[in-house]
Amino acid sequence: MDVAQATSVGADPVTPWVGDGCSRIPARIYTDPHIYARELERIFYGRHWSYVGLEAEVPDAGSFKRTAIGERSVIMIRNRKGEINVLENRCAHRAMQFCQERSGKVKTLVCPYHQWNYNYDGKLLGVPFQRGVKGQGGMPADFTLEDRSLKKLQVAVRNGIVFASFASDVEPFEAYVGDEVLKYFDRTFDGRKLRIHGYSRQRIPGNWKLMMENIKDPYHPGLLHTWFVTFGLWRADNKSELKMDAEGRHACMISRRSETLDKDVTQGVSSFRENMKLNDMRLLDIVHEPWWGQPTVCMTTIFPSVVLQQQVNSLSTRQIIPVGPDKFDFVWTHFGFEDDDPAMTERRLRQANLFGPAGFVSADDGEVIEFSQDGFRQDPAFETLCELGGTDVGDADHMVTETLIRGMYRYWRKVMEL
Amino acid sequence: MLSFERRAQLLDLYSAYAACLDDGRFGDWPDFFVEDCHYRVVPRENYDQNLPLSTMELHGVGMLRDRVYGVQSTLFHAPYYQRHIIGIPRILDYSDDGIDVEANYLVIRTKRDQPSEVFNTGRYLDTVVTTSQGLKFRQKSCVFDSELIPNSLIYPI
Repeated sequence: MDVAQATSVGADPVTPWVGDGCSRIPARIYTDPHIYARELERIFYGRHWSYVGLEAEVPDAGSFKRTAIGERSVIMIRNRKGEINVLENRCAHRAMQFCQERSGKVKTLVCPYHQWNYNYDGKLLGVPFQRGVKGQGGMPADFTLEDRSLKKLQVAVRNGIVFASFASDVEPFEAYVGDEVLKYFDRTFDGRKLRIHGYSRQRIPGNWKLMMENIKDPYHPGLLHTWFVTFGLWRADNKSELKMDAEGRHACMISRRSETLDKDVTQGVSSFRENMKLNDMRLLDIVHEPWWGQPTVCMTTIFPSVVLQQQVNSLSTRQIIPVGPDKFDFVWTHFGFEDDDPAMTERRLRQANLFGPAGFVSADDGEVIEFSQDGFRQDPAFETLCELGGTDVGDADHMVTETLIRGMYRYWRKVMEL
Repeated sequence: MLSFERRAQLLDLYSAYAACLDDGRFGDWPDFFVEDCHYRVVPRENYDQNLPLSTMELHGVGMLRDRVYGVQSTLFHAPYYQRHIIGIPRILDYSDDGIDVEANYLVIRTKRDQPSEVFNTGRYLDTVVTTSQGLKFRQKSCVFDSELIPNSLIYPI
């Protein structure tokens, strides 16, 4: 059965979990179309805030950017008052996804099929032949333009970052994120104007949650990613902290680069290369920025749809757009600040070689996610083990724990009622 | 008009470049470039909007060698074959300083146990210069149309 059918029949998924813990994760939550349909309904279209973009992407009235929340296409557009709206990309007439350009600037939003015409707030301005032609045809007497607006989502803009929700009763964004994670959100996004550097897009053949897990997993970077171990960017001896919101759904992995090396953490780590030297050290030309404070890296996950990256001088948002239970699109938006000098811009762009679909420490994340998904597919009865550091959920001041992943699944089980 | 001899040399350069990558001889790949080269793989979306971000951007042969080390020693990935189909190079401009060339390319990826698939397609925008060891790239931009990279991009294109 495909996902569309699963949604339409509203079949209740059967829980694949054994017991009420969150440290043994059943394979079926990554593959089952019924479970995925409920995730779309309750998580992506439910009372959660999803990332849409950066205000800097829509500078003027009428500037828009098309993206998606879950599998629903949406348009972020600035109105004449300078506010940001997020509208569903679906004509109120015949459901056409009328917006096909990814970004641009328009006078009004027009569906080309029958020229229904909407303003930047999604209000229907007019329809051709409303009163018929020469007394014939036309819309019925009870037709009103007011009833046929584009679906308008709840919008939260915080320091230039735009989130939206399909749920009219979603809690305020700040309460949703929680004080602890918000503190780190504001560390990067403190209201300074952002400068967009560009995009990378990849389609990863794995379940969307695997990317959230990857960025909630401080265990793997110092093992899978040679660069992180060898150059001390992310290593088990780094001073680090793991923080969550009260629900356990969002998290920050905060760490400080070690210049010195503790032999304990490289012993037996086959990816460590003691004598590895770069031919060109400009790839790691790290310059400390005052706003960092002590940490040199902070990876924030805002459930369910975005990862906020500060890895030394490289900054990006990474958006997760699910495309069925077994794949998702991963959209990277790299940025800097408007007051960066040219040397800092160049540095951020050079360090971007570490990240993205070709990145020295990111390309292999997509690969391992793909092969995990393959493993789930081959045996639906399998459970993953997520018990590094125990089976409970809580903040930590070290990296040798999978507590953040358990936190996410504790919340997931609550909201999914599975 | 650029001489036939020069054009023939250009064709040799592009066919040798494709063969090097398709054979998986990544260690030889930096030899196609001059010391202070610039190599980038960039989405057309960014290129057309003058956004500076590249998917991969390397300045100088040293960085190219670092990428090769990454491909061969540090980046975990499923192995795959590449097959480059490069169109006839179109000469945009030339002078004593170099030849500006555009050439369409198509890279087909074949993973183990899988059918072949279109992996990446676009055009090279290159500057080729004469050296004592023949023609080499000073600049190579791979501007790709492909809207989504199928998971990851490991090898140079």
